[in-house]
Amino acid sequence: MTRQRMTWIVLTVVFVGLLVARGFVGQGLGRVYVERGEVSLAKDGRSDQGEPVWRTVPRDQAEHAWITWSRVTPKAFAEAQAKEPGQDRVVLSWPRTVGLWLAALLTLAIFSFLYADNPAYKLSESIFVGVSAAYWMVVGFWETLVPKLFGAILPGTVKAMVQPSLKVPAFSPWAPGTWDAADPAFWPWMQQWGSMAIALVFGVMMLWRLMPRGGWIAGWPLAFIVGMTAGRRMVTQVESDLMAQAEATMQSVLPVTPGLSAWDLFWGTLPGILVLVGVVCCLCYFLFSVQHRGAVGGAARVGVWYLMITFGAAFGFTVMGRIALLAERVEFLLDDWLWLIDPNHLRS
Amino acid sequence: MIARQAVPLAIAIGAGLLMAVSYFLRPLGWMSESASEIFNVVSAIAFVLGAGSLLKANLSTISRRDRGWGYAAVTLGAFLVTLVVGMGKMGVNPSPSSPQAAWSGDQQTAETPFGWIYEFVLSPLSATMFALLAFFVASAAFRAFRAKNAGAAVLLVTAFVVLLGRTYAGVVLTDWMPGWASGLRLENLSNYLMGVFGSAGNRAILIGIALGVAATSLRILLGLDRSWLSREGGG
Amino acid sequence: MSVLGRLERLDRRWIFLAMFLVVSGPILYMGLTGKLFPEKVTATTQSVFDAVEAVPPGERVLFAFDFDPASAGELQPMATQLLRHCAARKLRVVCIALWPLGNNLAEDTITEVIHADFPQMRDGVDYVNLGFQAGQEQLMTLLTTNFRKGFPVDQRGRDTADLEILEGVRSVTDFPLLIDVGAGFPGSKEWVQYVVTGSGGKLRMVAGTTGVSTPQLIPYYPHQLAGILAGMKGAAEYESLVNAKIGGTPPPRYLEAQRRMGPQLFGHLLLVALIVLGNVIHFTRKARAAA
Repeated sequence: MTRQRMTWIVLTVVFVGLLVARGFVGQGLGRVYVERGEVSLAKDGRSDQGEPVWRTVPRDQAEHAWITWSRVTPKAFAEAQAKEPGQDRVVLSWPRTVGLWLAALLTLAIFSFLYADNPAYKLSESIFVGVSAAYWMVVGFWETLVPKLFGAILPGTVKAMVQPSLKVPAFSPWAPGTWDAADPAFWPWMQQWGSMAIALVFGVMMLWRLMPRGGWIAGWPLAFIVGMTAGRRMVTQVESDLMAQAEATMQSVLPVTPGLSAWDLFWGTLPGILVLVGVVCCLCYFLFSVQHRGAVGGAARVGVWYLMITFGAAFGFTVMGRIALLAERVEFLLDDWLWLIDPNHLRS
Repeated sequence: MIARQAVPLAIAIGAGLLMAVSYFLRPLGWMSESASEIFNVVSAIAFVLGAGSLLKANLSTISRRDRGWGYAAVTLGAFLVTLVVGMGKMGVNPSPSSPQAAWSGDQQTAETPFGWIYEFVLSPLSATMFALLAFFVASAAFRAFRAKNAGAAVLLVTAFVVLLGRTYAGVVLTDWMPGWASGLRLENLSNYLMGVFGSAGNRAILIGIALGVAATSLRILLGLDRSWLSREGGG
Repeated sequence: MSVLGRLERLDRRWIFLAMFLVVSGPILYMGLTGKLFPEKVTATTQSVFDAVEAVPPGERVLFAFDFDPASAGELQPMATQLLRHCAARKLRVVCIALWPLGNNLAEDTITEVIHADFPQMRDGVDYVNLGFQAGQEQLMTLLTTNFRKGFPVDQRGRDTADLEILEGVRSVTDFPLLIDVGAGFPGSKEWVQYVVTGSGGKLRMVAGTTGVSTPQLIPYYPHQLAGILAGMKGAAEYESLVNAKIGGTPPPRYLEAQRRMGPQLFGHLLLVALIVLGNVIHFTRKARAAA
C-alpha cells in the first residue's frame, strides 16, 4: 500500500468517525425542514384582455390545486413540534437533506484536490461540466428562446402552454390576407417577426458546426456577431474609455471650488495632478513606436513605477476576493452542514 | 468562394456599420434594435451549440474508449439528467396567475427538481472550484513573490499596504498616528494608492485598450482584418 | 537539513492547511461569539450609499444581478444590503440578470430580503424580477432604445407591458439609478461603456464588484460611476452603513459581510507572512551563496 493511499484511508476514517460522533452530540447535523402550503385556485371572471382571472378558494372548490413546500429553519420545526407534537405541517425534507449532504460531499471532493488529484475530484469536476452546460442551455431556452423566438414564430402555442399573458397578433405570416399595412400594429409586428425569422435562420446555421460537413455555414452568423460587436465597440470604447477618461483626467486637475486657500488648493489638486502625470507617463511606456530615450524614456520609467503600484494593489484586491470565496465555502460546511456554529440563529 | 468569403464579409461589414452609424443617426434606431434582438436570440442558441459540442466531444471519447472515458460518461449523464429535468420543466407547478398553462411555472426556484440541481449540485461545485484559488494564491505568493528589484519591491510593498489596509489590521497597526499624519494610516494609504496611482495606471491601460479595440474594430469594418473569416468561415 | 532548507522545500499542502485553518478559525470564533470588527467607511462605499439615498421614495431603480454562485461569497452580501437599502427607502426595484445563474441569485435575494422583511411590497408594483436574458452587451444596447424588447416577460410569465412598475419605461435611462452587482463579463464595466456613458448623465450607476474586478473599475469613479463597493471590505462597510441607517439591532443574517472580515483579516495576515518568509529564505540563500 502506498503512503498516499494510507493517508487517504486514515483521513477518511478519522473524518467519518468525527462525523458520526457529531451526529450524536447536541442537535446533530445537516437536516433541512420544510413547511407545507397549499395553492387552490378557481376562475373568477376574465380580465380586460379576455384572460381568466384566478382566485384562491377552499381546496374542495378548486379547479387547480397543488402543494408547496417552502424551506424553514430548524428552529421553526422545533417550535412547531413543541406546540403540537407529531404535527405534519413542518417536516423534515428528505430530498433537500440528501441534497445538503450531496453539496457538502461535493465540496469536500473538490477540496480533496488540494491533497492530490483523485477520482472523487475528477468525478465532481465531470458532474460540474455536464450540469453547467445543460443548465445554461435550459435557461437560455426557457428565458430567451421561448418568449422571444417562439413567442414571435409560434405565438399561439406559447400562449396556450407557457405564457398566457402573451398578446397574439392579429396577423399571421402564413396568411397574407390578415396583413393590414394601415394598422399601426402591423409594421412593428412585421419588424419583430422578420427579426426572429432571421435569428432562427442564423441559429440553425450556427448549429451546423456540429455537423461533420459544411462547417463554413456557421461563418454567416459568426460574421454577424463579429460585425455587430466590432461596430458598437468601436464607438463605445472611444466614447467611454478614451474621451470620457481623458475628460475625467483633465477635470480632476482643475480646481472647481472657488475661494480655497493656496494650501488647500495644492492638496486638493495634488491627486488630480498625480493621476494626470501617471496617465501620461504610463501611456509613454505603452508607446512602442518611439524609442524610450530622453523625455519619453524618463516618462516611461515613471510610468513603470505607477504600473508597479497598480499591479501591487490589484494583487491585494485579488487576494481579498479569493479569501472571501473560501470563507463562504467554509461557512457552508461549518454552519449549514455540520451545525458547529449558528451565526444566523437558525437553530437557537 | 462567395458563400464562404464574400457573404460573411458583407454581413460583418453591414452589421458593424449599422451598429456604428445608428449610434449617431437615431432614425436608424429601429434597425439596430432588430439587429440587437437577433443577436440576443443567436446568443441563446449559442448555449445550445456549446452543449452540443460538449455532447459530441464526450460521445466521441466514450465511443473510442479513450483514457478517462468513464468520466466522460459521468459528464454525459449529468448533462442529460439536467437537460431532461430542465427542458421538460419536471415537477414544476404552473404559475398561480395562470394555472391553465401547464408550463407557465418558474422552475428556477428551490422547490423544483431543476432548482434542486442548482442549489445542491451546481452552486456548491461552482463556488468551491473558485474557492480553491485562495490556496493556490497563497502557495504562489510564498514561492514566487520576490522583491528581486526595486520595481518588484514597490509592487510587494503596495500589496502589503492593500492587504493590511483593507482589514482591521490596518487600524490596529497605524491608528496611533497623529491626525496630521492620518494620510499615512494603512487604511487611508491603501485608498490613496488605489485611488490615485492605481487609478492612473488602470486608466492608462483602459485608454490603451480602447485605442486597440477601436483600431481593430475599424480594420474589421473596412474588411482589412479577415483573420476571423479565414479561421471560421473559410473552412 | 537546515530549517531554511526545510522551509524552501516545504510541501505546498502545509500552506494549504495553514490557509484552511486561518480562514476556518475566525469563522468558528466569530460564529460562536458573534463578535465583529468595526468598519471605517471609505469614500467609494459612502458614495454608493449616498447615491441610493439621493433617489426619491417611490422612484424606480434597476438592479442587475450579473454574477453567479462562484462569486456569491463576495457579492451576495452586497446584493442583500443594496436591495434592503432600496426597500427601506421605499424605492421600487426592477431586478434583471445578464448572467444565466444571476436570476437564481435575484430570486434568493428577493426571498431573503423582500419576502422576509418587507412583505408589504407587491410583486409587479413595488418590485419585480424580470429574470435572465442572453445577449450580453448587445442586450444592454437594446435596453437603451427599447427596454420592453429586451425583457418582454417577467419571471412569473407576465407580459412586461402589463406591469405597473414598468409603466412609462421606454428605455433604461428612464431609471434614475442603475445598481449592478457584477463579477465580470458582462457586468459593471460594460454597463458603464454601453449604457451609462452614452446617457449623458441621465442615468447614474453604482456597482458592487469582486476584488478582482475592482481595479478595472476604479478609473470610472466618480465621473462615470457614482460609487463602488470594492470586494468584501466594501460589502462590510455598506452593511454597517445600512444597518446604522435602518437602526435597531440588525438580524444576524444582515451581519454576514462584517462576520466575513474575520477570516479575511487572518487570511491577509497569512499571505503577508508567507511573502515575507519566502523573501527571507530567498535573500538568505542569496547572501550565503555570495559569501
